[in-house]
Amino acid sequence: MTGHLDGNALAGPLADFFSFDITTTTGRCNACGTVAEFARAMVYMSGAGTVVRCATCDHVLAVLVDTGERAWIDLAGVSAIEVRR
Amino acid sequence: MSADGIAAPPGASPLAAIRAVPRAGWHVATVAATHRETPNASRIELDVDGWPGNAAGQHLDVRLTAPDAYTATRSYSIASSGDSTRVVLAVDKLPDGEVSPFLVDDLRAGDQLEVHGPLGAFFVWRPAVESGDDRPVQLIAGGSGVVPLYAMAHAHADASDPTPFRLLYSVRTPRDVYFADEWRALAAASAPLQVDLVYTRQAPDDWPAPPGRITREALEAAVIPAAERPRVYVCGSTGFVERVADWLVGLGHAPGDIRTERYGGT
Ligand SMILES: Cc1cc2nc3c(=O)[nH]c(=O)nc-3n(C[C@H](O)[C@H](O)[C@H](O)COP(=O)(O)OP(=O)(O)OC[C@H]3O[C@@H](n4cnc5c(N)ncnc54)[C@H](O)[C@@H]3O)c2cc1C
Ligand SMILES: [Zn+2]
Repeated sequence: MTGHLDGNALAGPLADFFSFDITTTTGRCNACGTVAEFARAMVYMSGAGTVVRCATCDHVLAVLVDTGERAWIDLAGVSAIEVRR
Repeated sequence: MSADGIAAPPGASPLAAIRAVPRAGWHVATVAATHRETPNASRIELDVDGWPGNAAGQHLDVRLTAPDAYTATRSYSIASSGDSTRVVLAVDKLPDGEVSPFLVDDLRAGDQLEVHGPLGAFFVWRPAVESGDDRPVQLIAGGSGVVPLYAMAHAHADASDPTPFRLLYSVRTPRDVYFADEWRALAAASAPLQVDLVYTRQAPDDWPAPPGRITREALEAAVIPAAERPRVYVCGSTGFVERVADWLVGLGHAPGDIRTERYGGT
């Protein structure tokens, strides 16, 4: 799939793991400090996995690899998240 | 409304608000009906077992599984909203696509699909009585990106919501307008809605502007001015959304007032 998406597209892939809605969850970018809803992040999906980048500075916020049997969720680019209920 | 992450309205009884939030789950959907929406798109009505209802603007994921267990998952916006277990999609066919040609051309009443949802609380509109926000709303769509915006306009009319709504809708030709009859009915309903069309390939004969991609000037002329602080929803292909969002910021709209949903492509 060429062309990136945004964090709205993360709602389904992450609903299997988190009990909160990721799209309205805000995250603070480790690189530039921007705090934004994940829906506003840039999302690059490929067969290898999903890369989530900061819309302000392009820093990698998160990486998701889901094989079906196991999932790997790397949030190393985010220093804090705030969850809306 | 029991969709994930959607708060109960402030006026609701506190007891009604105390309930386990259901996790957005997988459901079996049975195709109730399909029909041609445009020469290149189909409207698909699904009866979804156990569907908890959805807010206007949410989407779902469709998962197809081949006999060899290969799966393909794609997201589709929901054109309907409310408590019903009847869920309406509208899908555009990408000629070299893996999933959309099947959904548009091959799906028949009675077929079953796996769907995951309702999903996403960000690209959602709720009536002013629930959200407490009565600022005007500008909707901007390119092609199939109109689907969640149609759900919003429909919910707005159903609620007789007094919030001024305006839609700017970019389509290739007059035959490519999704929900053409419905837009006429919504524009005549009591909830205020103005619809502006931009034709990119072929315009009606008596149309004042030649067909062509939307320009910054055309955008400025057809959207609620930034001074009125509209809440703006933009949806369509990634290139369309990013062009429009950049122009909106240039026209003075606060980035936080602009909600976008990218469908992919360029
Ligand atoms: C949140 C969300 C909601 C969506 N809602 C809808 C909807 O309501 N209706 C709808 O028709 N689609 C919608 N889409 C797009 C949909 O998910 C698929 O991307 C689309 O149907 C193409 O899938 P495919 O398998 O046919 O094409 P693929 O096999 O995935 O791709 C085929 C080719 O088309 C290109 N391409 C992929 N997506 C697009 C695109 N959107 N525009 C132009 N080129 C593209 C690819 O780069 C590739 O070259 C939505 C996407 C998202 C993220
Ligand atoms: Zn950043």
